[in-house]
Amino acid sequence: MAQFPLNVNGQSRTIEADGEMPLLWALRDLLRLTGTKYGCGIGMCGACTVHLDGTAVRSCQTTVADARGKKVVTIEGLGLERGKQVALHAVQRAWIAEQVPQCGYCQSGQIMSAAALLANKPHPTDSEIDDAMTGNICRCATYFRIRKAIHTAAQEMRA
Amino acid sequence: MKTKQEQVGTTTQRKISRRAFLGTGAAAAAGGALVIGFTLRRHFHNVDVADEAAGKVAVGNPFDAWVHVQPDGSAELVLAQSEMGQGVYTALPMLLAEEADLDWQRVRVVQSEFSLGTGGSGSVMSNYLPLRQAGAMVRTVMIATAARQWGVAESECTTLNSEVMHARSSRRVSYGQLVPAARAMPLPNFKTVKLKDPAQFTLIGKPTQHLDIPDKCTGAARFGLDVRLPGMVYAVIARCPTFGGTPAKFDATKALAVPGVLQVFEIPAKGYRIFTAGGIAVVATSTWAAMQGRKALQITWNRGPHSTESTDMLRAQMKEALAHAPAWTSDTEGVSLDNVLASRRVESVYEFPFLAHACMEPMNITAHLREGRCEVWAPSQAADAMRSVIAKELELAESSVTVHTTLMGGGFGRRYQYDFPAEVAQIAKHVEVPVQLVWTREDDMTHDFYRPAGMRRMRGALDTHGNIVAWSDHLADVPLSYQWGEPGKRKPDGSELPGRPVYPIAQVRMGFTPIESAVPRAWWRSVETSFNGLAVECFTDELAHAAGEDPYRFRRRLLQLPEIPRVRGKDEGPPPDRNRLIAVLDLAAQMAGWGTSLGPHRGRGIACTTNYAYLAQVAEVTVENDTIRVDRLVTAVDCGQVVNPNGARSQLEGGMLFTLSSILKEAITIRDGAVEQQNFDDYSVLRMPEAPALETWFVESHAAPHGLGEAAVGLTGPAVANAIFAATGKRLRRMPFRMDESTA
Repeated sequence: MAQFPLNVNGQSRTIEADGEMPLLWALRDLLRLTGTKYGCGIGMCGACTVHLDGTAVRSCQTTVADARGKKVVTIEGLGLERGKQVALHAVQRAWIAEQVPQCGYCQSGQIMSAAALLANKPHPTDSEIDDAMTGNICRCATYFRIRKAIHTAAQEMRA
Repeated sequence: MKTKQEQVGTTTQRKISRRAFLGTGAAAAAGGALVIGFTLRRHFHNVDVADEAAGKVAVGNPFDAWVHVQPDGSAELVLAQSEMGQGVYTALPMLLAEEADLDWQRVRVVQSEFSLGTGGSGSVMSNYLPLRQAGAMVRTVMIATAARQWGVAESECTTLNSEVMHARSSRRVSYGQLVPAARAMPLPNFKTVKLKDPAQFTLIGKPTQHLDIPDKCTGAARFGLDVRLPGMVYAVIARCPTFGGTPAKFDATKALAVPGVLQVFEIPAKGYRIFTAGGIAVVATSTWAAMQGRKALQITWNRGPHSTESTDMLRAQMKEALAHAPAWTSDTEGVSLDNVLASRRVESVYEFPFLAHACMEPMNITAHLREGRCEVWAPSQAADAMRSVIAKELELAESSVTVHTTLMGGGFGRRYQYDFPAEVAQIAKHVEVPVQLVWTREDDMTHDFYRPAGMRRMRGALDTHGNIVAWSDHLADVPLSYQWGEPGKRKPDGSELPGRPVYPIAQVRMGFTPIESAVPRAWWRSVETSFNGLAVECFTDELAHAAGEDPYRFRRRLLQLPEIPRVRGKDEGPPPDRNRLIAVLDLAAQMAGWGTSLGPHRGRGIACTTNYAYLAQVAEVTVENDTIRVDRLVTAVDCGQVVNPNGARSQLEGGMLFTLSSILKEAITIRDGAVEQQNFDDYSVLRMPEAPALETWFVESHAAPHGLGEAAVGLTGPAVANAIFAATGKRLRRMPFRMDESTA
């Protein structure tokens, strides 16, 4: 066990853990940030997606040692700017407007993947959306609405 | 007659609260609110243990739903249903608010501690009348109270947005202000209370945003796995991979050396109706530590009596069964279908695999046992039945067990089962603090209760007019009834066969042969419809082509033939309305441009169903280089009154793509008595690039509503399979579909 300083959603946190512990479980069990979900543990479903220095990563495949010194943003911190909740992120607003979630379990990861996509590609085509989102499984199969919501968010961010 | 895909209404962000509420009387006092308690009729596929357990719990508590109208003018609906993404937390309060003329912005849903089984697509259908009646009771009481205060006739009063108005004297009063006086008024009889004419609905039928969605976009929504309690610990269980296997011996030394691991102990397997594997439980300070501890366990398994079972073996038995007379047939008249005069005969064998539910949130449950009481947090479709299971395991009175229903990351039938509740009760006996039992994805994949696997031989005969004169269906599957029927009382029957085809056919014979297996089976979205629907509508398509007729015209023509008189079985219910089915067939065909050219490698298929509601669907597919791509699904639906078009559409869309996933990608296979697939790398499911465009059209109707959560499951399979045939001339009959299909 060792101490790891982490920057999570703009806040400095120190956790005591085995360096091999996946960031997913550090977030969920040690920091009790449960918005990031466990779905498969092998990087195949995307439910645990968070941003590490702005890049979408699977937190089940990222150890706390990997995350040391990097900026971690989770679903709870997506609408934050300088540590303050300013508003919902455009992707979150689009998700509500298009009424995407059903059970909702995978949607934290879907939203984090979509937000990372739009940060890099403000005007994605359908096939770019397909490529970026193919790692995120939804068993309620809300894919059709996810695609629409990403276009809606892109439009709003452009405006 | 139809409504195009409406825009979803304005955003309203309201919280759904979950707290204890004890219903005690029909108009009991609860913090000064007007309270009306009532009973919702449950609807299940099968009479099973969940029903029985629920019945026992219900004794002494006459109600399973309550309305509270508060003095501050807000209203609460306390519900016994579980929310797993199907939208009941929005559709059900809409029914109440419509009839009560409540201000929709001030309606909240509260999850009752007394929870009913939620499944079978029954929530809206079974609550449509009771909730409207409850709403009408609220409105009637409010009008009576205001009219008495004002000294005017009740007939001169109107209601809107939680207010009573008297136009002639320009007076108005809020429901909240009326609550204290209303509590003393007699309640109207729910049987005679006046309901609105559906033509006057202003909320029902309007696309309404789901109340639970905002929290699901911010990470604030709490699912079962998100339960966090002071001092809690986490547990995983090492289960024998083979069904029926048990630990012969184990060494926990290395596991206990893993940092964070607190305890390791054995829990025994549980038999009939609970069906747990038992195994070695590892309790730790974090989920990760518990998983690491489990990896470090050294276990020698006794693989049990079924360790040679395999999919190959089961398939061989099914083929053998289909080569012989069925163990059960639907008639004893002995009319051989071979003797029916026919001009063409068609015969085909269809095959379907075991399927996992693979809910995104793996099974889990949290319990805290202390001082003779147990508090449980369960993502459960049947919290009341779970309470019974846990109480029995802990040898406690049911009143000493409280089950809080959490949000669920998918259900699809899996969350009816009693295995994880029994396991957490076994673990809680050893642990003094709250403990969360976590199933890993691998646990969830390899110890599910699977959709049955089977094979069936379909035979049909056509006369010279192209009418179907004989139809037979011999199903050989690993039946649900042999999992859930009492040991020693299991007999083959027709319970897993489809009802008679909706098309008029003089000679219909169903046959059934059970195949024994140790693989656990249970309900999977739409239950037997998931395998029957495809066979019926694909085989109908085969007969259409054999008759040389367009598959849409063929269905349409048969549905207009005179009914063939026969005695209906006592469980059959009224016959489906063929005109409603024809109407949705026409609408789907029209909207899809049926008959127009699609170009090379592409094809359209059509299918229809009267399961759950009246639906027809046209699928468009492209098949190139042996790759099947579904491009578009056009669906026409007559489900009676649509309560929330937003939610109805969601349920249909989800059902279609869940089905598409199953017919194109999913299969659980058995080898050496164990499931071969472990995770989403070897159990493939539908992903974003494979999701087609969806167009869904509703027929406007004020008829009684039908549930839609499972309605598309028996529909999308055949529509796609028929489209693949149209595109390629190849008829696929073994799921999951592959262009290089082998039936060996």
